[in-house]
Amino acid sequence: MLDPIFLLEAVINGVLLGGVLALLALGLNLIFGVIDIVWIAYVDLVALCMYAVYFLVTWGWPLWLAGLGAIVVGAVLGALVHLLIITPILASPPINQLLATGGLLFFIQSAATLLWSTDHRSIRVNMPTIEIGGIFVSFTRLLAFALAILAMVALYFFLTRTYTGTAIRAVSQDREAIALMGARPQRLYLVTSAVGGAMAGVAGALLIIQYAVHPYFGGAFGPLTFMICVLGGLGNMVGAFFAAFIMAQVISVGGVIVSTEMGYVIAFVIFIVLMFVRPGGIFARRA
Amino acid sequence: MTPLRVLAVLALVALALVPVLPLGPAQEYIWHVIIQIFLWSFVGNAWSLMGRFGLVSLGHGAFLGVGAYATVLLWNAFGLTPWIGAPLAVALTVVLALVVAYPCSRFQVVGHYFGLVTLAVGEVIRLLIVAERDWTGGSLGVTLKTSGTASGAVSLQFADKRVFYYVGLAAWLFGLWVWWRVDHSMARSAMEAIGEDETAAASVGIRVARFKMGITALSAALTALGGALLALYLAYANPDTMSGIGVSLRIVFAVVLGGMYALLGPFVGTALTIALSEYLRIYFGIKLIGIAETIYGLLLIVFIIFLPAGIYGSVAQALRRRVSRPSGRVPARA
Repeated sequence: MLDPIFLLEAVINGVLLGGVLALLALGLNLIFGVIDIVWIAYVDLVALCMYAVYFLVTWGWPLWLAGLGAIVVGAVLGALVHLLIITPILASPPINQLLATGGLLFFIQSAATLLWSTDHRSIRVNMPTIEIGGIFVSFTRLLAFALAILAMVALYFFLTRTYTGTAIRAVSQDREAIALMGARPQRLYLVTSAVGGAMAGVAGALLIIQYAVHPYFGGAFGPLTFMICVLGGLGNMVGAFFAAFIMAQVISVGGVIVSTEMGYVIAFVIFIVLMFVRPGGIFARRA
Repeated sequence: MTPLRVLAVLALVALALVPVLPLGPAQEYIWHVIIQIFLWSFVGNAWSLMGRFGLVSLGHGAFLGVGAYATVLLWNAFGLTPWIGAPLAVALTVVLALVVAYPCSRFQVVGHYFGLVTLAVGEVIRLLIVAERDWTGGSLGVTLKTSGTASGAVSLQFADKRVFYYVGLAAWLFGLWVWWRVDHSMARSAMEAIGEDETAAASVGIRVARFKMGITALSAALTALGGALLALYLAYANPDTMSGIGVSLRIVFAVVLGGMYALLGPFVGTALTIALSEYLRIYFGIKLIGIAETIYGLLLIVFIIFLPAGIYGSVAQALRRRVSRPSGRVPARA
C-alpha cells in the first residue's frame, strides 16, 4: 500500500507542475484565441528562452536580469515568427498553418542540436527545500509557481485594463468589426505574438530553474500544452488554467501510483475521451 | 501509348533493373537508400489517403508502431512467422484505428481537434511501448531475433538486400495502385464532399461516418504493413523511430513536401527528404550534427509558404494546365 504521505506529496507537486503548465498554455492560448493559429513550435520557443537564460547566467548576469533578458528574447522571437512565417500564410487553410509552425519545430530542435549539441544544461540554484509535516516541497518549484501565477495576473490586467489589451480581446471576438472600428488587426496580431512570445520567455525563465534544457525539451512539454489548451477550450484562458491543474494532478499522482509513463498515458487517454464527450473543451457551454 | 505511359514503363524497368546492375563498391548502400525510400513512400501514400480529404492525422506513428512491434514481438516471443504475424499486426492496427475513428466520426471531431486527438493517440502508443519495457524493450528498442534454424522464407529475414529491394518496390507499387483506385472511385467524390463540409455532405445522403471510418481503416492498415516491413528490413524497432510525434510529423512533412493531392507526391517528398539527409550526412559526417534536419525544417517552412501544393503537386498542376485548359481534375484545394 502506498504511503499517504507520498500521495500528498504527489498532489502538492501536481499543483506546482500545474502552475507551470498553466503558464505554458497561457501564451499559446492567447495566440490561438486572437490569431486563430496553433503554434506547434510554441514550447520550442520556450526552450530557446531557457537557453537564453542559461547563456546569460553563464556570462555572469544575475538570474533575475537574465530572466528579464529571456522575456525580451521571447517577445522578439514571437514577433519574428509572426512576421516571417505567419503573416504570409494567414489566409491559408488551417492545416498549412499548423504544418508551417511544425516546420519551425524541426528547425528549432535541430538548429539547437547543431549549435549547442544535445547536452542537458541546467542552472544550479541553491535554494532550500521546505519541510512541512514530513512533506518536502522544493523552494524553486514554489517560487516558480508563485511567479507563474503573478505573470498570469499581469496578463489578465493587461488584457482587461489597457487600451491595447481591450483591442486584442476585441479582435479575437470579431476580426472584421475591429477593422471597421479603426484599429489595425495586423498591428494587434504582431503585439499579441510579441506578448505570447514574452510569456514564453517568462515560462522559460521559470522552467530553467527546475528542469535542464536540451534541444528536444519542446517535445516533452509540447503535446501536453496543446492538450491543455484544447481541454480548456481553445482560446479560453480560464478554462486552460483549470485544465492545466487537472492534467498536472493526473500526471503527478498517476506517476506515483503506477509509473511516470503511465501517468502521461492516463492523462492522454483522458484527453482523448474528453475530446469525444466535450469537443469544445471541459468548460464549453452546450450550444 | 501516351508519352507519359512510355516514360512510366521505362522508369519502372529501370527501377527493377537497379539490383542487377553493377553499381560499384557502394551498391549495398544505394540499395539500402532506395529500399528506405520505397517503404517510407508507401507509408506516406497511406497517410495521404486520409490527408487529402482533410483528415489530417498527426498520429500515424501509432499505426506504424503497432504494425512494427506486433510483428517483431510475435516472432520474438512465439516464433510466429511474419507471414501470419504481419497480417495479425495489420488487423490489430485496424481495430485500433476504428476505435479512434468511430468516436471521431460520431462526435464530429474535425480539423485541429482531429489532429490533436490523433497526436495524443500516437503519444499513448509510444509511451505504452516505453512503459511496458519488460517485453517491448522500452526506449532501447527491440531487435528482431535471428532466423536460427528456420529458413528465410519463414522468418522473412534475408542477408541479401536485393530481396527487400523487390519487396519494397512491390509494396510501393501496391500503395500507388490503392491510391489510384481510391482516386478513381465514387468514394473520392464523397470523401471530398465530406472534407469540404460534413454537414452538407450528410444532408445530401452521404454516409459520413462510414466513409471516414473506411478510409481511416484503409490508411491505418497500409501504414501498419509499412511498419511491419520496415521492422523486418531493419530487424529492429524503436519507439522513437516507429511511433510518437516525431515520426508522425515526419510522415506528414514528406508528403506535404511532395504534394498530398498527387499520385507521386509522397514518393517525391520522401525521396527528396531521404536523399537530402543522406547527402548532408555524408557531406558533413559527424562534424555538424543536426544540419540536415535544420535545412529540412527551413525547407518545410519555405515550401508551405510558397508552394503549398508541394513540389511534385505544383509541377504536375502546371503541366496539366498547359496540356488541357478546362481540366476538372486539378485539386480544388491546394
